[in-house]
Amino acid sequence: MSDAIDIRRVVKRYGTFTALHGVSLAIRDNEFFTLLGPSGCGKTTLLRMIAGFEAVSEGEILLFGQNIAGLEPDQRPVNTVFQNYALFPHMSVLDNVAFGLKMKGMALNARRARAGKMLEMVHLSAMADRLPAQLSGGQQQRVALARALAPEPRVLLLDEPLSALDLKLRQAMRVELKQLQEDTGITFIFVTHDQEEALTMSDRIAVMSEGHVQQIGSARDIYEAPVNRFVADFIGETNLLEVDVASVSGGMAQVTLPGGHKLTCPAATDGLGRHALSIRPERMSLVASGGDLDVTVERVVYLGTDLQLLTRAEGGAEMHVRIQNSARAAVPQVGDRLGLKIEEGAARLLAD
Amino acid sequence: MAGLVPEQTADASGDGYRRIVGPLLLPTWVMIGIFLVLPVALMAVYSFLTKEFRGGVDWQFSLAAYDQFFLNRGLFGDEPPVMEWTYITIFWRSIWQAAVATALCLAIGFPTAWFIATRPAATRGVWLFLITIPYWVNLLIRTVSLKFLIRDNGPLNEALMGIGLIDGPLPLVNTNLAVQLGLFYSYLPFMVLPVYAAVERYNFAYSEAAADLYASRWVTLREIVLPIVKPGIIAGCLLVFIPSLGAFLAPDLLGGAKTFMIGSLIDEQFKGSLGNWPFGAAVSMILMTLVMIALLIYARTSAKGGAA
Repeated sequence: MSDAIDIRRVVKRYGTFTALHGVSLAIRDNEFFTLLGPSGCGKTTLLRMIAGFEAVSEGEILLFGQNIAGLEPDQRPVNTVFQNYALFPHMSVLDNVAFGLKMKGMALNARRARAGKMLEMVHLSAMADRLPAQLSGGQQQRVALARALAPEPRVLLLDEPLSALDLKLRQAMRVELKQLQEDTGITFIFVTHDQEEALTMSDRIAVMSEGHVQQIGSARDIYEAPVNRFVADFIGETNLLEVDVASVSGGMAQVTLPGGHKLTCPAATDGLGRHALSIRPERMSLVASGGDLDVTVERVVYLGTDLQLLTRAEGGAEMHVRIQNSARAAVPQVGDRLGLKIEEGAARLLAD
Repeated sequence: MAGLVPEQTADASGDGYRRIVGPLLLPTWVMIGIFLVLPVALMAVYSFLTKEFRGGVDWQFSLAAYDQFFLNRGLFGDEPPVMEWTYITIFWRSIWQAAVATALCLAIGFPTAWFIATRPAATRGVWLFLITIPYWVNLLIRTVSLKFLIRDNGPLNEALMGIGLIDGPLPLVNTNLAVQLGLFYSYLPFMVLPVYAAVERYNFAYSEAAADLYASRWVTLREIVLPIVKPGIIAGCLLVFIPSLGAFLAPDLLGGAKTFMIGSLIDEQFKGSLGNWPFGAAVSMILMTLVMIALLIYARTSAKGGAA
């Protein structure tokens, strides 16, 4: 089976500014794929190139094996859910949803029936005759989704579709979107800057920064095994500790922690010298003795289910630690001198 | 009084609010009264009076003005009345000329407005400024210079003959074409500006959404862009059509007897001793009534028209 989308060394330049530096990635059929990155990383540009709104400066984009570079947006079998929905303000909700079908030449009754079904799917049958302006933000979002899905695209592009919704609605829509993707079997390409959104919905995620793809992998891959500082820092919280690498072999590195303890950990680099070690706050525990790092507790924040500690290691590095709030364990106090035990395999040596 | 104001404005629905707002609106009412109601009422009254010979009116009720417009009673007014077509023909010609001028202005004005609205924000002001520059010159001067441009030995004909495209000069002056050109030239900015205002507010994401849903450029223009910017187009059409209908400078200067329009007809009635004030007033009233009826019909149909 060929990939739904195959992006090959795509470059996008605006005058002298390069927005994308030779991006390559393949998106499988039936996949929920997310382009994740901060604003300005090129994720929206890439999505707009797939839709056909931006020309490719170099490289090619294949859709199910066919190069779509020369096709106008209206000739591409992909549909988009726009960030601010872009619902046609002068058309009823039903006419909005039926628009793509009308353009494809479907007869009036057939397209009305299908648009009606799409509205049923997003629970908006009662709103069919309203104008978009008469709907709430969440309802407009569903109409945009129904409109883009109605023509049965092979690939659905979603440009930060949840960013205008409030938190509760956003969380509910994440579940619905994922469910919808699984039910329809359509390939979803989802653009967001919200890592939580990306982690909860995606089969795979491409983390982007400054026009480069930094890492592609499942939510678990990029969280557990980030390849570089950017990914480790952007996805979730992490502690980045500067360490000396003594040796690397077979993907495992021998490093020296501040304070002199030695540690063996998976490595994303084979370089020696000083490198960053990423350790997630929840992958460490506090011990009275026998820890990998000796630290002093500087602040304790009570979060209900968890306790968040700010500690300082020898040599001055800050270490954030998150431990479960348990009735059995004593709550650490500010000024306590304790040891930090790093879980087996939880530390990871990063490339820059 | 001063101490009462804040308390009273706080309750927007109360009597106090109305007591304050009433006097504040007085200047507006006075303006509307002096500049709108009074002149129209005066014309309405004049149209039912008797004409005075050296211009002006006799304060004696008469239907003579309307009679003259619709009925022909022969040269001495003693024959049985038949339908008078002279003025209705002038009306029809004026409506036609104004409609063509409006269509021309729309055909040129819409792309112009689109062009300006799609320039970077910093340069739009310059383009709009260029559009308004001709308005710093008096309309009469501009119309006369247009006549110089298109007359038999004017630059246009000279140039066309110079490059050998035509043998003799094109007879442009005193034609319908010249009048339309004059109207188009006079009123084009009245089309460009409101259409620009509408296109500038247009969200181009709608066009992208339409293209994404398989609409070609032309279909997008027809189904999405035009319906959304329609209010601007209608405003532009009204601003061109209505003054074109009553225009007299362009028809007078660029046209001839065969291009006589309502504006000139009215203009003549109020000039010198040959004039006929009640008749001029009656023609104005008939014109105004026609325009109002057309607008009302339009408002009714567009209010009823729903989605396709």
